[in-house]
Amino acid sequence: MNLIDFFLEPLSYDFMIRALATTLIASIVCAVLSCWLVLIGWSLMGDAVSHAVLPGVVLAYIVGAPFALGAVIFGFLAVALIGAVRDTSRVKEDAAIGIVFTTLFALGLVLISVTPSQTDLNHIIFGNLLGVSWADLTQVIILGAITFAILVTKRRDFTLYAFDPTHAHAIGLNPKVLGAALLGLLALTAVVALQAVGVILVVAMLIIPGATAYLLTDRFGRMLVIAPAISAACAVIGLYLSYYLDTASGGMVVLAQGAVFALVYLFSPRHGLIGTRVMSTRRRRALASAQ
Amino acid sequence: MTTAISVHDVTVHYGEVLALDHATLDIQAGRVCGLVGMNGSGKSTLFKTIMGLLRPDSGTVRVSGESPAKARKSGVVGYVPQSEDVDWAFPVTVRDVVMTGRYGHMGFTRHARKADHDAVDHALERVELTEYANRQIGQLSGGQKKRAFVARGIAQGATILLLDEPFAGVDKRSEATITRLLRELADDGATILVSTHDLHALPDLADEAVLLMRRVLMHGDPDEVLQPDNLALAFGLDVLNRGDN
Repeated sequence: MNLIDFFLEPLSYDFMIRALATTLIASIVCAVLSCWLVLIGWSLMGDAVSHAVLPGVVLAYIVGAPFALGAVIFGFLAVALIGAVRDTSRVKEDAAIGIVFTTLFALGLVLISVTPSQTDLNHIIFGNLLGVSWADLTQVIILGAITFAILVTKRRDFTLYAFDPTHAHAIGLNPKVLGAALLGLLALTAVVALQAVGVILVVAMLIIPGATAYLLTDRFGRMLVIAPAISAACAVIGLYLSYYLDTASGGMVVLAQGAVFALVYLFSPRHGLIGTRVMSTRRRRALASAQ
Repeated sequence: MTTAISVHDVTVHYGEVLALDHATLDIQAGRVCGLVGMNGSGKSTLFKTIMGLLRPDSGTVRVSGESPAKARKSGVVGYVPQSEDVDWAFPVTVRDVVMTGRYGHMGFTRHARKADHDAVDHALERVELTEYANRQIGQLSGGQKKRAFVARGIAQGATILLLDEPFAGVDKRSEATITRLLRELADDGATILVSTHDLHALPDLADEAVLLMRRVLMHGDPDEVLQPDNLALAFGLDVLNRGDN
């Protein structure tokens, strides 16, 4: 089989085209958002919100409302509960996050177990890339486009919020609104991505691309290009590998992202393990020879 | 002379904790004022109140004659944060940071126009960081980092600058550079409020000093305010190490 056939053969199936479109959109939107999450230190928050949307999505399914609505409501509910537990008890934030999101996730599991449905709601948990319908894809496109557009047009404000919220306040911006907007977009992104990789693995797509790009550049603008580029490449590689190796597609996409992170972690010229070692050795040699 | 910062009878609580207790303070435009007090004396609270981050329980704050909320919208107050409060590994350049001073003047997407680039160039020149403009912010020395944030205030067009511990982790030469820069800005009409532990630097820097211990204990000439007996009032001990400790 030649290379062209290798890429074209899977696309002769409609379900593969839908799967490819879904992962590409999900991976790009998640990757853009992840740039801010890793810099603000919201990785755990991303984990929490992406899990906590589960009961919202199931309830939305039960009452026939859009998944996004249920997800955003439960996303904010999770953040509010985490804040309340942290601020009004002696429990620290990491424990508060752990308590709230696992409880909401468990509520989602229980709701799924008592909800009769033709479609397997377990697909929300593990993702079912190959079973994405045209209606699912339409929702992914709309939500993905809205989220992407807001993130890109307000990127400078979000970056300022991440870097120095006090200054943002001092010049008349509203950091609370910016923070809430990021959390709302996080919940929407979780809905987009759970189609692709499922609730459990969404957090990987929300952290790994941003963290990988952060090891490659000192410019935020470049991070915003590198992260989605890597993420999209991993989406394609993971999907094709899962097709030919007959493995779980969502899991394969995340494995590809993890593998690229490992390579960058080791070999990034400026911030990689080996790169920094080489640089410090060179510096030491230069110093020694100068003396 | 006009009053740039006016704090009148301001009280602030954090829950049960009293942070500012009927504090009253007027600072005239074009003056450099040093804010001295121990940790927990209310220095940060006073800054936050002036910036409108905190609403006082009672009392009034006026910034350039306006409420802090209004002054905020017109970008009157520039802020230079403490070193510990900044993520120095953040992937932004010096120029990016200074450009954020312009955001209040820009449109919805904060797209920089020529006037914004010019203002940033001018601000960088003013603090002598032009050649470092494209460095990542963490790759500056302690003193250069402070000047970068002062440049942000200049680009912003702030007439009032608040500096939180600008001399912490800064060597003597950089301290002198920052002092000279702040004096020049004040001569051009800016009002500068500096909180500092570095009491030795104050007489060179400040026109006046304020001794804070939840209330304003003293406000006047730095040499007078920094008399050991007065400091003992604010710190509850002998800060200049005259005694056995």
